[in-house]
Amino acid sequence: MKNVYFDNNATTAVAPEVIEAMAPYFKDQWGNPSSMHAFGGGVKKGIDEARQKVAELIHADPSEILFTSCGTESDNTAIRGGTEAVSDRLNLITTRVEHPAVLGPCRYLGERGHRVFEINVDASGQVDIVQLGAALRDGPALVSIMWANNETGVIFPIPEIAAMVKAAGGVMHTDAVQAVGKIPIDVRKVPVDMLSLSGHKLHAPKGIGVLYVRKGTRLQPFMLGGHQEDNRRGGTENVPYIVGLGCAAELAQRHMADEINTVAALRDRLEAGLLAVCPDSRVNGDRAHRLPNTTNISFEYIEGESILYMMSDVGIAASSGSACTSGSLEPSHVLRAMGVPFTAVHGSVRFSLSRYTTAEDVDYAVKQLPPIIAKLRAISPFVKK
Amino acid sequence: MWDYTGKVMDHFRNPRNVGVIENPDGVGEVGSLACGDALKLMFKLGPDGRVSDVKFQTFGCASAIASSSALTEMIKGMTLDEAAKVTNQDIAEFLGGLPEQKMHCSVMGREALEAAIDNYRLGRTDKKILSGKVVCNCFGVTEEEITRVVRENGLSTVDQVTNYTKAGGGCGKCKGDIELIVGKIVKERLEAELKAGRQAAPRKMTVIEKIRLIEQTIEREIRPLLKRDGGDIELIDVDGNRVKVALRGMCAGCQVSSLTLKDLVGVKLKEFVSSDLTVEEVRE
Repeated sequence: MKNVYFDNNATTAVAPEVIEAMAPYFKDQWGNPSSMHAFGGGVKKGIDEARQKVAELIHADPSEILFTSCGTESDNTAIRGGTEAVSDRLNLITTRVEHPAVLGPCRYLGERGHRVFEINVDASGQVDIVQLGAALRDGPALVSIMWANNETGVIFPIPEIAAMVKAAGGVMHTDAVQAVGKIPIDVRKVPVDMLSLSGHKLHAPKGIGVLYVRKGTRLQPFMLGGHQEDNRRGGTENVPYIVGLGCAAELAQRHMADEINTVAALRDRLEAGLLAVCPDSRVNGDRAHRLPNTTNISFEYIEGESILYMMSDVGIAASSGSACTSGSLEPSHVLRAMGVPFTAVHGSVRFSLSRYTTAEDVDYAVKQLPPIIAKLRAISPFVKK
Repeated sequence: MWDYTGKVMDHFRNPRNVGVIENPDGVGEVGSLACGDALKLMFKLGPDGRVSDVKFQTFGCASAIASSSALTEMIKGMTLDEAAKVTNQDIAEFLGGLPEQKMHCSVMGREALEAAIDNYRLGRTDKKILSGKVVCNCFGVTEEEITRVVRENGLSTVDQVTNYTKAGGGCGKCKGDIELIVGKIVKERLEAELKAGRQAAPRKMTVIEKIRLIEQTIEREIRPLLKRDGGDIELIDVDGNRVKVALRGMCAGCQVSSLTLKDLVGVKLKEFVSSDLTVEEVRE
């Protein structure tokens, strides 16, 4: 059976080059980088090189790169560590469409005396800049707003938002987990103080993340009890994974200029193909400001989990914002915040591509989807005859 | 992916009895697009009063479609009295089981069947009428429905109620109310169990049964009360009808520990196990 993977915003295949780069750090270079003997020396060099490569991908200084265990740890460190570093109560400003890794710590701090503002988005998923401006005038703030949305791929105007936050004297964090490696990011030009990224979204393995921390940013370490990462993150370094992420960052930088066009062309072909052959379907989110690899399509009158299972039966992998697939009973908070009707939320499917997606994959999906949609609609009581 | 049985996947991939019946004898409709699943069930009776034809339409996940399909297979050929006795557990069992979080799909099947039978018998053509107090506003679940599902499925936690009825799965504001309903039913159930155990006890209780019942009573009736004051209790030995316990935590050395023993431990054990028991404190 064919195996077609359209779920790259959930996780990506580890690049073969990355596996190769990591291998020596399991076999020979297994020393502790902190050790004062030869076993640690080469290992330290591997970490330094990886730090350099990750820094280059976002145009940061290597000293501003903090390795963590995942994107969620990076977000928690930025939000909780950034809040704890100042003695005053802060306003925490975020949006209604953030990843739970951001909403979770914000709401946690909200229960402990900080005020939390969750900024609205419009029907296209774009953040309400006016509301953000008003919240910024309310007092000292730590702002955490994502660079690109995981469900819709919608890109927020982070350069503009970060400038607003800095002008208001706030601290700016962005969860760029979905953006890094897919679109150019340059922290020399965009005044974010902190930025989260995750290895497994850009063809490195799961279990490695980064928090970029601009020089001079006040941050209380989240993981205490170790001198590693310049006393900012305790714990012996996850050396093979750090090396793997370095390699993945290098690959992303090398391929990005091409991939922005090739992947976007495949995505557009998939999107146009599906909309043409599946009646009563619609795209969710701002198509003009969107990651090149993502499309979120709602198929009316039918439910996402059923669609995914039937797609899986023919070897196609994607994900859905339906309640049944979220592990809770509530459908996607992102699509609901955009005001997408319940009918369309439950039947939403996210297709996310990667550098490994082929035109053949896309055409296969365009051919396989219509009978699935038709079969489920034949069962549905809501289809108007 | 969910851990669906082969039978669930079979009924999902090849649903039986999909469609509509012209001029059905009974129609039941439950759920809605907003809730994420909905089921329309209709049947026709034969001259012998048995279900001769049944069809369904479902909007929902794989287990919702499978539950609907299974239900139609189950009730074909039944009289309405027989069909009315089908429970959500029967549907889940027919499918070889459903994941706990998906049990609400089987409940939806039973509700639709009930609505269809009501439609036939009472001529009600409206969708499910919410009778009684609505507990969960997000999913429109009533106290009556929660009570019924808790009783029929032997549930004991709020999370289970959410898995079976969806109640509490939206904004979560009603979780306190659900807890009260569940608490009441669990208490009734425990009392009934203990009563049954107590009535059967005098002649038949073996030493092991007696010790178990004493442990159960300590666990359910006594320990929670002591813990409230920072104390605890440990069963040391049972010698005939003499129950030896040690008081722990704040209870150990408490000035009124003799009262605790007599008024709380003694009374509860006499009430729930046997009136012949006496309690002694062991000090180490």
